[in-house]
Amino acid sequence: MAGGAASGGSATSDAYAPARGWLLMPAWLVLGIVVVAPVFLMLIYSFLTKEFRGGVIWEFSLEAYDQFFFDRGLFGDEPPTIQWAYIQIFWRSIWQATLATVLALLIGFPTAYFIATRPVQQRTVWVFLITIPYWVNLLIRTVSMRFILRDQGPLNDFLQWIGVIAEPLTIINTNIGVQLGLFYSYLPFMVLPLYAAIERYNFALSEAAADLYAPRRKILTRVVLPAVKPGVIAGCILVFVPSLGSFLAPDLLGGARNFMIGSLIDEQFRGSAGNWPFGAAAAMILLTLVLMVLMVLARQQARLEKGAG
Amino acid sequence: MHRQLRTSAIALCTGLGFATAAVAEGEVVVYHWFEYIPQELVDKFEAETGITMVIDTYDSNEAMLASLRAGGMGTYDVAVPGDYMVQIMRDNDMLDTIEEGELSNHGNILPEWLDVDYDPGRRHSIPYQWGSTSFSVNRDVYDGAINTTDIIFNPPEELSGRINMLASQGEVMALAAIHLGIPMCSPDRDDMQALNDLLMGSREHWLSFNSDTAREILVSGDAAAGMIYDGFSARGRIEEGANIEYAFPTQGYIAWMDNMVLLNDAPNRENAIILMDFLLEPENVGMLTNFTQYSAGIAGVDDYLDPELAAQPERNPPEDAGPAVFIDVCDQQTQEIHDRMWTALRR
Repeated sequence: MAGGAASGGSATSDAYAPARGWLLMPAWLVLGIVVVAPVFLMLIYSFLTKEFRGGVIWEFSLEAYDQFFFDRGLFGDEPPTIQWAYIQIFWRSIWQATLATVLALLIGFPTAYFIATRPVQQRTVWVFLITIPYWVNLLIRTVSMRFILRDQGPLNDFLQWIGVIAEPLTIINTNIGVQLGLFYSYLPFMVLPLYAAIERYNFALSEAAADLYAPRRKILTRVVLPAVKPGVIAGCILVFVPSLGSFLAPDLLGGARNFMIGSLIDEQFRGSAGNWPFGAAAAMILLTLVLMVLMVLARQQARLEKGAG
Repeated sequence: MHRQLRTSAIALCTGLGFATAAVAEGEVVVYHWFEYIPQELVDKFEAETGITMVIDTYDSNEAMLASLRAGGMGTYDVAVPGDYMVQIMRDNDMLDTIEEGELSNHGNILPEWLDVDYDPGRRHSIPYQWGSTSFSVNRDVYDGAINTTDIIFNPPEELSGRINMLASQGEVMALAAIHLGIPMCSPDRDDMQALNDLLMGSREHWLSFNSDTAREILVSGDAAAGMIYDGFSARGRIEEGANIEYAFPTQGYIAWMDNMVLLNDAPNRENAIILMDFLLEPENVGMLTNFTQYSAGIAGVDDYLDPELAAQPERNPPEDAGPAVFIDVCDQQTQEIHDRMWTALRR
């Protein structure tokens, strides 16, 4: 696929090959200290006994996972049934993250396509413009959204003024508010990889397809999309994963009436619950889910590259 | 007990930067609520004693406990837990004992705050500030009687679905128990079942769970009623002109006191004692109280208070107000059942 995504290829010679191990050392060290060690610690914690009001007792226990999957009634002495509360919280988070990803893709793809089809010298300006709002801290942007979207906020005032609606729309403290917050927070993570992929796309392929009488829809689905698929997958991962664990948007825009995964875990460590093993177990289950999604996508990608090669 | 006093204390962080002048006298490391001490008071302490005050902040009692338990002991000299948290920390052997005669201003503590249940005789703590927690109602939306917990748990139609709750399990559970007239940590099954039914049944009336924005959400009108602390509500009314009224339910409401405690393994124990003595001086406590707009537990403070403060409706319960009760510390079994209710409530 000349000019397509697969043309990056592997380097033919590596001048630094002998020093490779040493050059990777800093990266391994950082990853080891800030990623691997904490995750491993959480994995261990999730199998320990909880200490009342925070902390762990160094005794093996499956109680945390039991609590996640089995409901033994309010007083903990009924025969176990499936615990839906946490599944419901996970399901809500996954659903919200999926929706945010789809929305970001729907808006991000045309945007990236637009940027990639501008003259070369203009593209950097457009990319620059995309990133500007994200120089501001996420917390501040989320609070501002809260201000704009509220019942008596500028958005509702404007819509009422032009006569589109009679009563203010309630967006804050609903799932729609959370959704807007999520998809907006992570939109550039969709646009940028898509742009990188579309920019490398050889538009002569589209022309060729058109010359062969392919309708425009077919050109998009059969020629463009397959070629930029790696960008789509990268963008989707970059939006989906942080959305899943996010707790700023649910807290500030959703009113925290319903827990999302992030706030559920947070509550176990910093709330009155103080159940560290359970928080760790919930984090491990989340991690497993994310890894499974990533593995499916990675396998698809590998198949794709094999097909292309 | 959660408060975010939003005004002047941004200066705290900058204060740390150039507070190196008095190195000779060392430092005192304070683990404190966010924005809960005015910068003038920090400056005054440093000028008078030559001790540098280093402040690190937290935003809930439970977060403070978690951080201390996760290796924070030995870093801080003092912390400022709420009443029930003092007891938890005492039970967990996290507090050092203040020997008799160590605090020369110990006699300034008002008698009613001396023999508190959570620290009899004040062996580990001194009063910092106290106040109450109930709820406020937007009077533009609802003008009926509000001095009843029905406003939260069985609200009139105007308020239903427009109520903000504190995102704090202890306070929500305590108010629910007051509404039902049962002991807060009642281990009785019927009581707990009733508590659970009440919470699950009231859930549809509640808009959100938020502590940080408890004041803002009322001022902006996004919520028409909400649980809140007395001083926090007063500031919304006075500083931001919101037409909100603080309620004193006839069933009762929540009282709290924050206390400065001496932590075990304090690296600067002597300086911590000096700081505690400083915070027992009426003049200093007056400065603090004018800033927080809560109340002090020290004798002789009144002379230093802003005159308007005493007349605030938020601190003057009407005749028929119910008792102000402190939050109880539940035993492990009861607490775990409460935790289960809380998660089910937020599912």
